[in-house]
Amino acid sequence: MATTTTETDRTVPVRGTAVETTKTFRPDPGEAPEEDLREAVLQLEREGEWIVQRVPEPYYEAPTKYGRMKKIPYERTWHHKSCGQCGHIPGYSTSIFWLNRVLGYDYFDPRDQTSCTAWNYYASATSNQAAQAAVAMRNFAAAYETGYFPLIHCGTSFGHYKEVRHELVHDHALRRQVRGIIERLGRPFVMPEEIVHYSEWMYAVRDQLQERVVHDLGPIVSTVHPACHYYKLQSGDAIYDPEIYGGQRTAVVTGVVQALGAQVADYSTWYDCCGFGFRHILVQRDFTRSFATLRKIEVMKEEANPDVVLTHDTGCVTSLDKSQFAAQAHGRNVGVPVMSESQFAALAMGAHPFRVTQLHWHSTDYRPLLAKMGIDAEQAWAEFQEDVKKIEAGTMDYLTWESVL
Amino acid sequence: MEKAYADVPAEEKTRLYREVVQDARFDTYLYGCYECGICVAACPSARFYDFSPRKIAQALAREDVDLVYEQMNDDVWNCSQCFSCLRCPRGNNPGGLITIMREVAVNNGLRTTKEALAGYTRIIYKIMTTGTQVSPDMLQEDAFPDWGPQVKDVADHLAVWRRALPPETMHTTALSWEVEERTMRELYAIWKWTGTLDMIAQLDEGLHDIMEEIMDDALEDSGIA
Repeated sequence: MATTTTETDRTVPVRGTAVETTKTFRPDPGEAPEEDLREAVLQLEREGEWIVQRVPEPYYEAPTKYGRMKKIPYERTWHHKSCGQCGHIPGYSTSIFWLNRVLGYDYFDPRDQTSCTAWNYYASATSNQAAQAAVAMRNFAAAYETGYFPLIHCGTSFGHYKEVRHELVHDHALRRQVRGIIERLGRPFVMPEEIVHYSEWMYAVRDQLQERVVHDLGPIVSTVHPACHYYKLQSGDAIYDPEIYGGQRTAVVTGVVQALGAQVADYSTWYDCCGFGFRHILVQRDFTRSFATLRKIEVMKEEANPDVVLTHDTGCVTSLDKSQFAAQAHGRNVGVPVMSESQFAALAMGAHPFRVTQLHWHSTDYRPLLAKMGIDAEQAWAEFQEDVKKIEAGTMDYLTWESVL
Repeated sequence: MEKAYADVPAEEKTRLYREVVQDARFDTYLYGCYECGICVAACPSARFYDFSPRKIAQALAREDVDLVYEQMNDDVWNCSQCFSCLRCPRGNNPGGLITIMREVAVNNGLRTTKEALAGYTRIIYKIMTTGTQVSPDMLQEDAFPDWGPQVKDVADHLAVWRRALPPETMHTTALSWEVEERTMRELYAIWKWTGTLDMIAQLDEGLHDIMEEIMDDALEDSGIA
C-alpha cells in the first residue's frame, strides 16, 4: 500500500479504490430495481409523442449502476454549459473544450442555450414542473436543430434533466403541456436517446487522455468527491465499473484520475455532500463553510492528506475551494487545492495553468500541486500577465484557441 | 407547550397540506417510512440544524397537518437539496417532498418564505431575465468576504480576465456566456406560460413588476404569441 507523509511527518496509508472483500459484485440488468427509462423514451417515439435524438456514432458503451450499458458519444457534442462553471470557474469549461480540441473532436459551443435554471427549483422553489421541463426541452430542441448531441457540463443540470425525463415519460398531462409550449415556440419536441454528463465523456476517453499525459503524476495523491446530483438523482444510469470501488460507487472521475497515473485515496465521508446547498452558498454560508471543511476537507486531510481534491460538478468545486479561506484563518487543518478532473487532466496533458485551466479564479493555493506536477507556476503566470498586458493595450482582442493549443 | 402556529386556522393548514399531497410528484416521492433514520444519517442539514428528513416524511404520511405547516415555515429552507436522502430503503424522496412543500409555501406567499428568500431575490432576477444565473460580476468582495482576497482580485480584473478566456462565448461579465436574444425571449415566454412569473408576485410584488415589464417589452415585437 502506498503511503503519503503529512506535515507532521506522520505516515498516512493511501487507501485506494480496491475494496477490502473477496466478493465480486456483478450487477444483473434483469434484476434492476428500476425500469430502464430509455425503453419508454423510444416507445413514446414510436407512438409519435416526440422525436428521439440518437447518440451519434461512434460511441463508447459504459456500464451503469445496474449493469445496463450507456452510450457515450465521442464527438459531435452540443455543450450544455454550466452557469457556475462559466461564471465563476471558467477554467472548468475551458478545459473541457480544450480536451475536445486536443483529441481532435468536433463539438459545438452554443449561444442558443440557457442554463437548466435549477437554481429556481432547488434553491428558491420559484418555478414548477412545467417550466423546468420546458426549459430542458427548449435546450434539447436547440441541440437537435444543430445536429449535435447534448453533453451536459453541470451535475445538477444532468440530474435535473433526468428528473424531467422521468416526469415527462410518466405524466401524460405534463408531456402534453410542455409539448404545447415547445411547439408554440416553433421548436421540435425532442428527447435525447441518452442524457450524458461531461464526466462520462471524460471516462469514455480516459485511455486517449492517458496517451497524451506529459507530467509524471505518480507522486500525486488525490481524493475524489463524487457529486450528489450526478449519482443520487435518478441514479440508475450513472456509470459504475466493477473494477473501481468494486462497482459500489460511481467510477467517473476516479477512473479518469487513475488512468492519468495519479493515486486516488479513499476517505470515510465520501458519500457526504459538499455543503453547497444552493440557497446556502449565497445567503446562508455558515452552513456551507462548516460542512465543506469539517465533514469533507478536514476528513480528507486527516485520513489521506491529498495534494488535490478532484470532483465533477460546479457547486462542489466552489464549496470545497472557497470555504477553506475562512477555516484556514481559524487555524483549521485545511489547505488543499480543489478543481475538476477536466482541469487536472488538462494540466497533466500540458495545458497552460492560467491560459487554459484558469487557476487564478480558484481560492486555495494550487502552487504546491503545480510544483509537484513539475509545472513552473511563476513562469506560467508571467506568460499570462503578458497576455493581459496585450489585451489592456489593445494589441490583442482576446486570448484565442490558436494560442493555447 | 402550545403548538407552533396555533393562531393559524386548521382549515388553512389543511388547505396547504392538500396542495402538497395533490402535487403530481407526491405519489412517487412518498411510499411510507420505516423510521430507520438512514435519511437523517445521510443528511448534511441534519448535522447542522435541528432538521430531520425522516420527520418530513413521517408528518406527511401521518397527515399531521399541524406539523406539516410548522415544517413548511420553519424547516424546509434548511434542506440542502443534495438528495443524499434518496438512500431511503423504502424509496422515498424526502428532498423532493421538500421541493413540493417549498413551492406551496412560495405560491401561498408565506411570511417565513419571504424572509428565507429575502436576500435571494437578486438571484431570481438574474435567473429569470438572463438564463445564466451565476454571472462573473457577482464576484464582489463585499458579497463574499469569507472567500478571501482572491475574490477582489477577480473583481478588479474582471473585464480583462474574461477576455483572456479562449472560448468565444465566455467573454461576458454580466452573463456566464453569450445568450442569443431569441433564446432569452423564449425563456421569458416559458416563465409566463407556465405561471412561474405569477409565482414571483406572491413572493415579491416589486420584483414581479420589474421582470414583467422586461419580459413584456421583449416579447412584444418578437412574434412569440
